[in-house]
Amino acid sequence: MRWSIAHFLPHAQMTFLVEAYAFFYQLADSFAFLVLCGLGLAIIFGMMGVINLAHGEFIMCGAYVTVLSARAGLPLPFAMLCGTLAAGLVGLILEFLIIRRLYHRLFDSIVATWALSLIATQGMLIVAGPSIEGLKTPFGSFELGEYSFSVYRALLPLIALLLLGALYWLFVRTRFGIYSRATIQDADMARALGANTRRIYSQTFTLGAALAGLTGALYAPTITAVPTMGQAFIVQSFVTVVVSGADVMLGLAPSAAVLAFIQSLLAKSYGQLIGQIGLLMTVIIVVRVLPKGISGWVLQRNGGR
Amino acid sequence: MPRWLSLVDGPQTLGRGPAFWFVLGVIVLVAALLPTFVNAFAITNLTYFLVWVFMALGLSLIWGYAGILSFGQTAFFGLAGYTYGVISINLGDAGLWTWFALLLSLVLPAMLAILVGYFMFYGGVRDVFVGIVTLSITLVFETFMAQTAGPEWTIGSARLNGFNGMSNMPPLTFPWGENPIIFDGTSLFWLVLALVVLVYVGLRILVNSRFGNVLVAIRENPERAEMLGYNVRLYQLFVFVIGSVLAGLSGVLYTLWGSYITPSSMGLTAAALPIIWVAAGGRKDITATLFATVLLTWLSQQLAVKGSQYALIWMGVILLVVVLFAPEGLFVTVWKKLRDGRRMRQRATAPKTVSLPSA
Repeated sequence: MRWSIAHFLPHAQMTFLVEAYAFFYQLADSFAFLVLCGLGLAIIFGMMGVINLAHGEFIMCGAYVTVLSARAGLPLPFAMLCGTLAAGLVGLILEFLIIRRLYHRLFDSIVATWALSLIATQGMLIVAGPSIEGLKTPFGSFELGEYSFSVYRALLPLIALLLLGALYWLFVRTRFGIYSRATIQDADMARALGANTRRIYSQTFTLGAALAGLTGALYAPTITAVPTMGQAFIVQSFVTVVVSGADVMLGLAPSAAVLAFIQSLLAKSYGQLIGQIGLLMTVIIVVRVLPKGISGWVLQRNGGR
Repeated sequence: MPRWLSLVDGPQTLGRGPAFWFVLGVIVLVAALLPTFVNAFAITNLTYFLVWVFMALGLSLIWGYAGILSFGQTAFFGLAGYTYGVISINLGDAGLWTWFALLLSLVLPAMLAILVGYFMFYGGVRDVFVGIVTLSITLVFETFMAQTAGPEWTIGSARLNGFNGMSNMPPLTFPWGENPIIFDGTSLFWLVLALVVLVYVGLRILVNSRFGNVLVAIRENPERAEMLGYNVRLYQLFVFVIGSVLAGLSGVLYTLWGSYITPSSMGLTAAALPIIWVAAGGRKDITATLFATVLLTWLSQQLAVKGSQYALIWMGVILLVVVLFAPEGLFVTVWKKLRDGRRMRQRATAPKTVSLPSA
């Protein structure tokens, strides 16, 4: 499809508008990417204090299952659902077998998930080879001025916002949400009041893994799935979650917005790699200045919980 | 106990007494004599296994003894490697210039470590966040180096060469009249072996000294250590710098060994390896770390015959099994089991007498 507002506007304004839109598109794209990357990691970190270094591999799992089931003939939305569920299932199993034993051993849980990440990446390399044939990005593209934009990628920010809304609903309105927030606040007290905290942890980890899978599924049509793709995702995920702090609902969206702005600005002027470096530098500074991230800072200003 | 033993033996290390040191001495002697028995290829390999020991020992000191989990030791490794590359390519191998390059390659990581350490420990960055900061620095460095492919990224006559990395730096050379001593092959092996012995004994002395005891006190409870009047941050900074210089030493030696260095030697996968070695052997003991590192790098090489992915999978599995079933590390767990078993037997067979603590 083609938009041709060009006919109605003088050239100079048109160029400015197109440039502005291109920047906004880039910004929204970054924002969506950071939110989607961070969600699963943030929920697991916020709820259980476990830093899941295998997060990138859950994303990879989601992407692979999506691509494979779509190529097997499933319609794309169902393929994405498969990817999400597959990652969630893997998360459920791993929580039961491994993560469960390491809840009170912070360093060990990090190291164990790192081991999982290594096994998953290299295992996939052996099983599926260095890369698999990708999918076609749906919905085509639209053109503005001399730029061409992908409709699908323009939709991703909306999906990210919808997901944030859905999670807000989940954590505020549902029984699971109330139990899980009680567990974050005081696990012992929640248990004393009858919450099955073990099951809540298990559900949370599964949810986090499924969200990672969904991220992989959503990005599957836009990238080539490779076994090492988790590494590209995990850095962004980490950055977002560290800047956000433990409270997902409060911190994630602002954190993603700020970081997306920094990244787009740097990437526009100096290129992608410098954008990436900018993100990492931001994280180093944020850890120093706001050790509990944006959400911790907001809560502190409001007198804590 | 002889006086010299009380320097190197103590509560912070497993293995003590003349018998232990005799066995270690024999191992070192056999290793030193190896070049007369085995071929040059095996010696080159052996050098490669030993090269990593320094980084692992440094991490054991930082993580195992001081309780600071740094994910970013490869940043110092890479910095040292690149420094040696840039300096030695520019200055050449005449005179003592390669040694100057070596020295500078240890000074720069030390300076970076002081900077980063000051930033973290004096800025109240702790626990996991230390890991995040160090890993971020490593990734910044890797990403930066990976994009230096263009010809504009040249320092003097040394091209950084982006993702493919630098190569062809001169080996360590010592001027000796007509024919200077060039450290490669067997002589490099001996140099590395000597350094391993030196660093190992040095660390044994360090961790069994008052300093080591304070480190362990800080690991167990930083607040308590601070209340007892120790300058916790200074200790942490100091130990971080030592560990990082050791990582740098590994970096220089690695660069000398293969005469090349690439950005991927700092990346996520590379950064995971020291953690695996240290955790697998037993992070709270430098002897366990030493042997685990040599064993696991050897094992990796054996497994990597079909491709590095096979080696990395097994490293992951080993790490996972260790974390789940022997959190103290394989070697340390086995050692303690054996020791306790021996004590039990001794207790069972010994005549029942009241033993007074000897003064």
